Amino acid sequence: MTVRLNGDERECREGATIANLVEELGLGKKRIAVEVNQDIIPHEEYVHHGLKHGDEVEIVHFVGGGC
Amino acid sequence: MPDLPDPFVLAGKEYTSRLIVGTGKYKDFAETKQAIEASGAEIVTVAVRRVNITDPNKENLLDYIDPKQYTILPNTAGCYTVEDAVRTCRLAREAGVGNMVKLEVIGDPKTLFPDIPGTLEAAKLLVDDGFIVLPYIHDDPISCQKLEDMGCAAVMPLAAPIGSGLGICNPYNIRIILEHSKIPVIVDAGVGTASDATVALEMGCDAVLMNTAIAAAKDPILMAEAMRLGVDAGRKAYLAGRMGKKLYATASSPLGDLIE
Repeated sequence: MTVRLNGDERECREGATIANLVEELGLGKKRIAVEVNQDIIPHEEYVHHGLKHGDEVEIVHFVGGGC
Repeated sequence: MPDLPDPFVLAGKEYTSRLIVGTGKYKDFAETKQAIEASGAEIVTVAVRRVNITDPNKENLLDYIDPKQYTILPNTAGCYTVEDAVRTCRLAREAGVGNMVKLEVIGDPKTLFPDIPGTLEAAKLLVDDGFIVLPYIHDDPISCQKLEDMGCAAVMPLAAPIGSGLGICNPYNIRIILEHSKIPVIVDAGVGTASDATVALEMGCDAVLMNTAIAAAKDPILMAEAMRLGVDAGRKAYLAGRMGKKLYATASSPLGDLIE
């Protein structure tokens, strides 16, 4: 199945969870936030939340910035 | 001589430093870290952006700026709508650095001036959602009063356009804001050099927030130190209470017992 991750298409295996995706990306220990179809998913739900074909996934973190 | 205790209290937390710094525009994270250390800042602003998926293992800002040591203040820079600003704050909170945010709802890319109705609307939504809201706003006493009334933890009027380095362009408005505000007033944006920061603190502003003035200096680390000293000088001058201004001279040496 395909999801849209930060604006780009990405192949995921059927039944993959957010936890799987985050681990695959090496972001498991980073301070990130994840949105699926504009809903923020709490960290504790990553292991339960299955991704579906066509999901719009956003993963954000903190970068340098001032104003 | 030990400094007298003079904490900067923001949202119930005491800070020693009255300088808040941004983390953008540095050449690398090492320089960012050094500049923050030299500035003495305890609160640092960060932006919220997409993770780089093609290289997610790239170094991360928070590998250099330890959230246990610093209060991390996520901003909503780049947000032009209420929805984007609120969404960004909620993402920042979920990313785990607390619930204090620097709210910016930008009205126009050329001036980066705040959209006042948008800022007021977003501030209300965020306060109601439990955020500690520090809004970037015009040097407008009416907007600042409204933001205070709706429960913001501080107001952050601009000194001048973001990144302009023009210093405090309208000190009279800042004075009016200071006179009426019962919450901290933090001058945010437009500071260019150390004396600008001094002026803000001398006037009675509680703190000053800056990024470009340090990051775009030829020697950012040295400028960070200059800003620390400038802020300290301004605060001490404010507490000391300056002399009145006079049009004519007043001798400071005795007028009598002159040689003849």
